[in-house]
Amino acid sequence: MAIKLPIYMDYHATTPVDPRVVETMLPYFHEKFGNAASRNHSFGWTAEEAVENARAQIARLINATPKEIIFTSGATESNNLALKGAAEMYREKGNHIITQVTEHKAVLDTCKRLEKYGYEVTYLPVAKDGRIDLDDLRRAITAKTILITIMYANNEIGVVQPIQEIGKIAKEKGILFHTDGVQAAGKIPVDVQKDNLDMISLTAHKIYGPKGCGALYVRRRNPRVQLSAQIDGGGHERGMRSGTLNVPGIVGFGKAAELCQNEMAEESTRLRGLRERLKDTIFAKLDEVYINGSMTHRLPHNINISFAFVEGESLLMGINDVAVSSGSACTSATLEPSYVLKALGVGEDLAHTSIRFGLGRFNTQEEVDYVTSRVIEVVQRLRELSPLYEMAKEGIDLSKMNWGASAGH
Amino acid sequence: MAYSDKVVDHYEHPRNVGTLPKEDPNVGTGLVGAPECGDVMRLQMKINPETQVIEEAKFKTFGCGSAIASSSLATEWVKGKTVAEALAISNTDIVRELSLPPVKIHCSVLAEDAIKAAIADWKKKKETSTTAATATTVGD
Repeated sequence: MAIKLPIYMDYHATTPVDPRVVETMLPYFHEKFGNAASRNHSFGWTAEEAVENARAQIARLINATPKEIIFTSGATESNNLALKGAAEMYREKGNHIITQVTEHKAVLDTCKRLEKYGYEVTYLPVAKDGRIDLDDLRRAITAKTILITIMYANNEIGVVQPIQEIGKIAKEKGILFHTDGVQAAGKIPVDVQKDNLDMISLTAHKIYGPKGCGALYVRRRNPRVQLSAQIDGGGHERGMRSGTLNVPGIVGFGKAAELCQNEMAEESTRLRGLRERLKDTIFAKLDEVYINGSMTHRLPHNINISFAFVEGESLLMGINDVAVSSGSACTSATLEPSYVLKALGVGEDLAHTSIRFGLGRFNTQEEVDYVTSRVIEVVQRLRELSPLYEMAKEGIDLSKMNWGASAGH
Repeated sequence: MAYSDKVVDHYEHPRNVGTLPKEDPNVGTGLVGAPECGDVMRLQMKINPETQVIEEAKFKTFGCGSAIASSSLATEWVKGKTVAEALAISNTDIVRELSLPPVKIHCSVLAEDAIKAAIADWKKKKETSTTAATATTVGD
């Protein structure tokens, strides 16, 4: 079978909308276009029914009840609402929030904003495997702590945090626990009861649904979580998020959640197999390659590898018919290598050489084999070009070299 | 980010990749940049001590496509030039030739530095060997 190029292997960034999801959404653009908040006619009722159906589908995916799902424009908004909404609502109780250093910017930058407003934020470090230390978490808790926000799984390295344990600690201490669940939900089992989650941010476009549609699960019982709305208006979504609902998007989100729930077991096994195949072949053919983050506590469809002595952007350039991403500074606007890899203690030299492979629903074994062979070929070629590889092979310890001040940066 | 055709051409067909014997008194080696910054260039030139003409140039680069292209171009340009002519090559010439975007200008700066560092190394070697020769004569 001929392979269609380019190959998409960047499923942590976004996913294509599953054709079955598109099919479900279509009637809601023109034929069933009603406003779900219109209470007086059948157009509104039809839209409302579709939204409530989707709410139930999403709730089932995480073992919540439908009323606990608040629709938003995406996970960035969900994270903003969870953090700012809780901080504002529980200000009387305290002003301390605990998070960790490898969070997505939607959480980190929201925390920075809250610091400006007088809140105190503790940024827990992570170990070399990318996970927080639970003792660090326990020590960080004070009488003023109102919220713990720790992501379920990381978007760069796919490392899964000890969510159940964190949930237990938060519950014991009576502190709210929010998690950014965008990379985990729909891919691995997420259960708001077992995990003791009070809030979880979700988004449709990471689970084969449309962009611009997200949700925040907000626990209603034991405890009943209250949030200050961050968008004022018509009082939609139990007053927590005003704005006319994106009905087609929500319908698609619901269908996407249902498909993920039904196919998760099979899909994660298949993707884990492909991921292992990719990793094993690369490790068999290349020396000086390193995995970033824990292999034990990791999403089944993620692998993040540093190809020592080969700069990430030049590698991407060589495999330009494959869509993956790199932690190299050269691929970012800031010219700084990945802060996630830095937090793991990965040296900046190795951070520059990292590639993230994010496998997904539509990847085939043929594609994985093609990508693997292209990567190996280009890494070998670029190492022939790399003075560092030559020096390392001569036994020179690069870390002991005096690289001096250069005109670089 | 789209690369210019010239950058792609140098990346896919780098000129003068390789290594010259470092110990050769006529070979100057310039190693600039740092792994932490994501760019390291090594430029080597074999210079005729009589004519001061750069007879051979080789490079190896760890860096993005633009860094590889800048150093590949530098080897092409210095070959056949005199030391003085090579020292006159400026990073802006490289930027223009490769149509580098502003965010990649540091790659051209590094290539210019590599040329200067290689020539400085060669000059230093020459001075030491001259001093050594004189010392030997005096010793005799």
